[in-house]
Amino acid sequence: MSLTILQKQEFARFVGRLMPDFKVVGPVVYDDGFAFDEIGDPAELRLEYSTTILPPKKYLLPPAEVLFSFDRSNGTKVTPPPKPQPTVIFGVHTCDVHAIQLIDHVFSSGHADPGYIDRRKVTLVVSVECLAPCDEHSFCKSMGTLSADEGYDLHLTDLGDAYAVDVGTAAGAELLEKYTSASAASPDDMQQLNKVIGEKWPKFPYRLNFDVSELPSLLDMSMKSPLWEELGERCLSCAACTNVCPTCFCFDVRDEVELDLKRGQRTRHWDSCQLDEFATVTGGHDFRKSRALRQRHRFLRKGKYILEAHKYLGCVGCGRCARACLVDITPVGVFNELYRQQEIGGRS
Amino acid sequence: MITSATHAPVAEAPRENEQLFIPELANIIKVEQMTALEKVFTLQLPDRRPLGNRPGQFVEVSVLGVGEAPISISSSPSRSTETFELCVRKVGDVTAALHQLKAGDKVGIRGPFGHGFPIESFRGKDMLFAPGGLGLAPLRSLINQVVDERALFGRVIILYGARNPGELLFKDELQRWAERADVELLLTVDRGDESWSGNVGVITTLFKFVSVYPRNTVAVTCGPPVMYRFVLMELLGMGISEGNIYLSLERRMKCGIGKCGHCQINNIYACQSGPVFSYKEIKGLEEAL
Repeated sequence: MSLTILQKQEFARFVGRLMPDFKVVGPVVYDDGFAFDEIGDPAELRLEYSTTILPPKKYLLPPAEVLFSFDRSNGTKVTPPPKPQPTVIFGVHTCDVHAIQLIDHVFSSGHADPGYIDRRKVTLVVSVECLAPCDEHSFCKSMGTLSADEGYDLHLTDLGDAYAVDVGTAAGAELLEKYTSASAASPDDMQQLNKVIGEKWPKFPYRLNFDVSELPSLLDMSMKSPLWEELGERCLSCAACTNVCPTCFCFDVRDEVELDLKRGQRTRHWDSCQLDEFATVTGGHDFRKSRALRQRHRFLRKGKYILEAHKYLGCVGCGRCARACLVDITPVGVFNELYRQQEIGGRS
Repeated sequence: MITSATHAPVAEAPRENEQLFIPELANIIKVEQMTALEKVFTLQLPDRRPLGNRPGQFVEVSVLGVGEAPISISSSPSRSTETFELCVRKVGDVTAALHQLKAGDKVGIRGPFGHGFPIESFRGKDMLFAPGGLGLAPLRSLINQVVDERALFGRVIILYGARNPGELLFKDELQRWAERADVELLLTVDRGDESWSGNVGVITTLFKFVSVYPRNTVAVTCGPPVMYRFVLMELLGMGISEGNIYLSLERRMKCGIGKCGHCQINNIYACQSGPVFSYKEIKGLEEAL
């Protein structure tokens, strides 16, 4: 929409001023790396972070969430969950912006999900322009997620002493106006922005050996690939890959009761298609029995099924699953190997 | 305070779904012990509100504190719109808890979900039903609708198999269908007993007793996963086309609204695109059967 400039000192004041009105979350130092967490002091924010184990998805689709509470002590009383707290998420990388757009589509299309919608409507996304690759596992450039044209309320680019702030939504504009004294960008600022963006692109490698537009058809042709059996042999079915994924949204629904056995909650929890009984029906039949079939399902969802259902690719190239996998199953490795197999098959 | 974040898809989301995950509390009107493992529950929504179901749809049934399970609706809207029936096998936590309940108790209901059978397109056709075991529960909703609108259909043939005579479901109704001149009912059991004088063998042993005009026949089958391949071979062998064979597939739907992922068959959510499919729709899906 428009470009404004926020000096870094003013940015810290901006974050501080939000705290009385919002839960403010963003990347902070955690163990040897970074994690998205609630900010107590603006100085904790690390917008120049590399990556996090868990994506910011957890603020929109929590690992565990109450769908409703019930009380059976006097008749049956059912209560919807409490309203969510207004939240600003700082420091969202553009890969995660793309992932949030997908999750938004999943939970707002068809039967719109009330819990998700309520949270999403009071959540603002302040994304950052990535200026260097996170590490050797990220492949955002190949997936087309190294920039984002939409999906954020405000988007920050680090110009050294100041942030260039792109306003993405009316809510973002309101945030700037109410909580900052940002100034309009000057021609010099624009020039600096162009320079920073121009310099960043060559630093990011393409890591897929083919164009991402070929990915859905590549996967479609690879249903019978021997690679799935190889992955199945290695896979431990630990579900780390899906737990850290910014686009995984499958869930389980459970009832949890208090000790009085009268009061309780129906909750939903992140679930994983990689786990043993995900596709098992009562009575015992499992429609995806082997780890090979489950790995195939995972990669076809990421590169094909989700795109067909929701218009966005189910993989944004963040590399989190590759970092988390104990046996080095990586999307770049899998996609490139499938491409190699098809190339050889096509030539013979 | 800012509360007007305007993300296009989210802002446009409909608001009538506040209660999406909150079940309605239905009254149990009647509980009937059907076999050693199965009970039939007659349920009524608050204010006798019609469930609004089509044959072949399912509901999510809750026992609060235990959980929720997808159960196909066994009754036809052509019989009653104020009540509906569920035939429930005691096989897991939720169904075991359901079996503890009696008339006057309440159960949570969400739905109906799925799109059911395209019954309008069946009109004028000969109907061949081939349920196996508990597969009669979802097919009964369609069979009774067809029987109630009998003049709108051609022949009605029912081939029903169970493991033993004691496991045959809806015996009173089987008797009524048998007594009708315009319904051809053939039964079989895998293992007979001293009371059984009928056919013994799996469901496919019944096919040799019927002949159909394949171009005008719609076949509908539902049963345990192991049954489908053999029944499909028989139906295709009779010359019935892939598009005229319908199956109702079982999956463990946790949400019913195409999100939780548990019922996914390749790229299809069974809860949304099914649970009723034509064989033509699913034959290319490796995970379907």
